[in-house]
Amino acid sequence: MSTVAIFLMIAGVFFFTTATIGLLRFPDCYTRMHAAGKGDTLGALLLLLGLALYNLNDGFSLAALLVSLKILSIAVFIFVANPTASHAIAKAAIDAGVRPWTRKGGKP
Amino acid sequence: MPVYAKDEMIRVLVTSLALFPVWLVWSGMFDAFHLTLGVIACAVVAWLSRDLLITRTDFSRLPREMVRFFLYLPWLLYQVVLANVHVASLALHPRLPIDPQLVKFRSGLKTDLSKVVFANSITLTPGTITADIVDGEYTVHALSKKAADDLLTGDMEKRVARIFGED
Repeated sequence: MSTVAIFLMIAGVFFFTTATIGLLRFPDCYTRMHAAGKGDTLGALLLLLGLALYNLNDGFSLAALLVSLKILSIAVFIFVANPTASHAIAKAAIDAGVRPWTRKGGKP
Repeated sequence: MPVYAKDEMIRVLVTSLALFPVWLVWSGMFDAFHLTLGVIACAVVAWLSRDLLITRTDFSRLPREMVRFFLYLPWLLYQVVLANVHVASLALHPRLPIDPQLVKFRSGLKTDLSKVVFANSITLTPGTITADIVDGEYTVHALSKKAADDLLTGDMEKRVARIFGED
């Protein structure tokens, strides 16, 4: 079980890393939202899932199960909150009149 | 009892029932004292948020919607993984092959809840972010032409409509 947990956490860290690289490389606020909004969701989901499994690793007990359930509820919260926050930031940018970067328009 | 008060009671009851498992997990104590505290706390919170959290009064379709929503989740998770692989490959690509564009389209979804589920699903899936919803019109920022085309096939909208029995 800890092998699975470690694999999940490594995958989570990988997606966090690519999200950060995307955040640094993408040209404007909208494209950066793609990297931050998505990479974080799956990255955090995998990391927390890995932690929840790892927590159950040494001895299955009610207390450990409750802690794992709490960790999972953080994952559920992120799953709902992250796209909502991405949407709020993207809408704020549109309302503020930020023009999306395009291939034709060149560098912002 | 007047109809309005009865509706309110049902809402408070359903909210309490939804809150109580959360209390159980968070508190982790199952003796009579803490369970009683939990029931009181859930009832107070449900009463204070009676016209905030749950606004519907007809719960007859709720079980069916929940079952369908949980059946929808695996597909959504698969799409989330695809989204991340897509964005990761774009971010790591030496030439950064992105072609961002704003797409506007109309959706036939009726209720607020189905619109929100659809909007969040769009944001979570490959290369698209919902930026605005005005009535039925979605403004979506797509990272590439392919992402925009995938969205406009309407496959996801059909799946969301099916959850809420709007198809």
